[in-house]
Amino acid sequence: MKVRAQIGKVLNLDKCIGCHTCSVTCKNVWTSREGMEYAWFNNVETKPGIGYPKDWENQDHWKGGWTLRKGDLQPKAGGKWRLFANLFANPDLPSIDDYYEPFNYDYQRLHNAPDSKHQPVAKPFSALTGQPMDKIEWGPNWEEILGGEFEKRSQDYNFRNVEKEMYGQFENTFMMYLPRLCEHCLNPSCVASCPSGAIYKREEDGIVLIDQDKCRGWRMCVSGCPYKKIYYNWQSGKSEKCTFCFPRIEVGQPTVCSETCVGRIRYLGVVLYDADLIKEAASTASEQDLYEQQMRIFLDPNDPEVIEAARREGIPDDWLEAARRSPVYKMAMDWKVAFPLHPEYRTLPMVWYIPPLSPIQSAADAGAIETNGLIPDVKSLRIPVRYLANMLTAGDERPVVRALERMLAMRHFKRSQTVDGKPDHSVLEQVGLSEEMVEDMYRIMAIANFEDRFDIPTAKRELSLEDPYGERAGCGFSFGDGCQTASTGSTPTDIFGGKRASRRAFPAKVEFKVRKPETEREEP
Amino acid sequence: MYVYLHELVFGVFPYIAGSVFLLGSLLRYEKSQYTWRTGSSQMLSNDRMFRVGSYLFHIGIIALFFGHLFGLLTPTAVYTAFGITSGAKQVLAIVVGGIFGLICLAGMLILAHRRTVNPRVRRTGSPMDMFILYLLFAQLATGLLSIIVSTGHLSGEVMVQISTWAQRLVTFQPNAADTILDIHWIYKLHMFLGMIMFLIFPFTRLVHVWSVPYGYIGRAYQVVRRRTAI
Repeated sequence: MKVRAQIGKVLNLDKCIGCHTCSVTCKNVWTSREGMEYAWFNNVETKPGIGYPKDWENQDHWKGGWTLRKGDLQPKAGGKWRLFANLFANPDLPSIDDYYEPFNYDYQRLHNAPDSKHQPVAKPFSALTGQPMDKIEWGPNWEEILGGEFEKRSQDYNFRNVEKEMYGQFENTFMMYLPRLCEHCLNPSCVASCPSGAIYKREEDGIVLIDQDKCRGWRMCVSGCPYKKIYYNWQSGKSEKCTFCFPRIEVGQPTVCSETCVGRIRYLGVVLYDADLIKEAASTASEQDLYEQQMRIFLDPNDPEVIEAARREGIPDDWLEAARRSPVYKMAMDWKVAFPLHPEYRTLPMVWYIPPLSPIQSAADAGAIETNGLIPDVKSLRIPVRYLANMLTAGDERPVVRALERMLAMRHFKRSQTVDGKPDHSVLEQVGLSEEMVEDMYRIMAIANFEDRFDIPTAKRELSLEDPYGERAGCGFSFGDGCQTASTGSTPTDIFGGKRASRRAFPAKVEFKVRKPETEREEP
Repeated sequence: MYVYLHELVFGVFPYIAGSVFLLGSLLRYEKSQYTWRTGSSQMLSNDRMFRVGSYLFHIGIIALFFGHLFGLLTPTAVYTAFGITSGAKQVLAIVVGGIFGLICLAGMLILAHRRTVNPRVRRTGSPMDMFILYLLFAQLATGLLSIIVSTGHLSGEVMVQISTWAQRLVTFQPNAADTILDIHWIYKLHMFLGMIMFLIFPFTRLVHVWSVPYGYIGRAYQVVRRRTAI
């Protein structure tokens, strides 16, 4: 047993309102730089839909993640020699149009447009070329609230083995939000496909990072990641990814997306796992067993043997205490309401999701929907269980049904307790929960106070440095190149060919000449 | 005057270019690895044509590089010992170099056209990207043109002159430039452009040539960094 700790994450999709606050705050902090305009380390997709970049879930197309070849785990894009042969031109690389061509509006036009019969408009300009764009063809969230025709959205990979035609009808339509970020996997395929060895997983907290100095821009990680959460920065020529806001995590603060989540759907907490079992679990023959196998890697933080082994590995005691309180561990392991996103990619992701309930209750009360004991039959939820299972458990419906039933039971129990004044314990027996568990679930999942959502022990910097004094007056966080990076995050101009961001005029204003207003020219 | 300039360009300049090439690369690697990259624009314009062009270009230019390396630096005594005459070696160089030169030319035409015409690639690239591409193009063109000149004298004599020049240079012997005083100007132009390429190498995206990731083949798939004092 080799115990390692990771700050894991859970997103409660049942409470996501699709406001994109996570995406916007993340963008403002991390990717509002030249070369990264198109990149969203965190984005929110409306499902069903093909997502961002287009059809990212379909690995027959993108060749991300892992596959079993004669029982051996191998990147789906091919072995090492194969990848080596693809260095000159990666055949699986998404192009910018698979994301979208980034653009800005010329808002200044609204202020300085000359007098005219018609209202001036702010034209979109490409952030790549600076040229005006006639028509915006696609965006990071083009399918927002079921935008676009069903025909296109129904290409969604999660519709496998689902009779999808009926969901195109207005009466049967359904939707849910899926906020996505880097999964900080236990078996990351981006790391495995980096020829330079620039991507690495941090042993102490499991955060996967790209060494910006070592990255050479071979761009194999972009296609290697099945979640398409590595982005090529065309300005710096390096790949970049979600950093899990490590400068914040290290001081015990939640990531920006988590902190700013208005729906309070995001949870952060320590998970202990056995690093010796990673390869074995990821090599499980059946895709539907991968969810169970990943849970087998997670270690019980209350087990004295685990605690002993963790101490031997140098995991600090406050981390072990945090692991015992961890909301992430409780949701994934104790209550089994959270699931990995697409376990079939075999990367053992560490950002888990609680499936959303969907409208049912009023119809159930009216007797229009079948019930299963005291709670409605989850099979009659508006979002098909099969769809959720394709997303979260490689198609195995049973764990998803159990989770949805537990969430319904929690609602039923709390309603009976607070509204009727007569706690109904029978519903808990039906789903295998104790009253203590359900109260804990209620506190963490429903009330979701800040301190219950985030339990993040601080990093032990004193263990990382022999001499912290030598680190004083450092340049702090930079996007690469140490203290030389400009505050804009762009590569500064130097004799080695860096390019100033300001060299590119934006927007290329050839057609807009500011004319002085009439009144100024002719004084009365 | 001509002899003085000849000595300057082919006797002294190679050492200046070589020093800048080596020291420049070292300094850039040391001081600014963040700028050390392939500079790929595949993501901005990723059609089949580009992928084919990139393959042709790279295969061609790598073969040409090693062809020149071994062709120029293998001592005459070594290949004559294997029974290959200079004339035969010249024919071999013309044929192999010609084939890979044309492969490289095809790729380069595709890439140069793309970089010049595609607005995304053109606007996001740096002037140096454009310059190095056209320099390589000029270098390739003079190389291919020199084939036409050299078919006029198949004895291998000029080739031996040039390789003697290169071998004298790398072994720090005097009078290297004297050996090629009378060769055709197209060879001299080709060689001069080649040295210019070495000179500006550290200041371009070409530095990625140093970073062939051969270590990948031998390493484990997963990379985990420990929290340790550096």
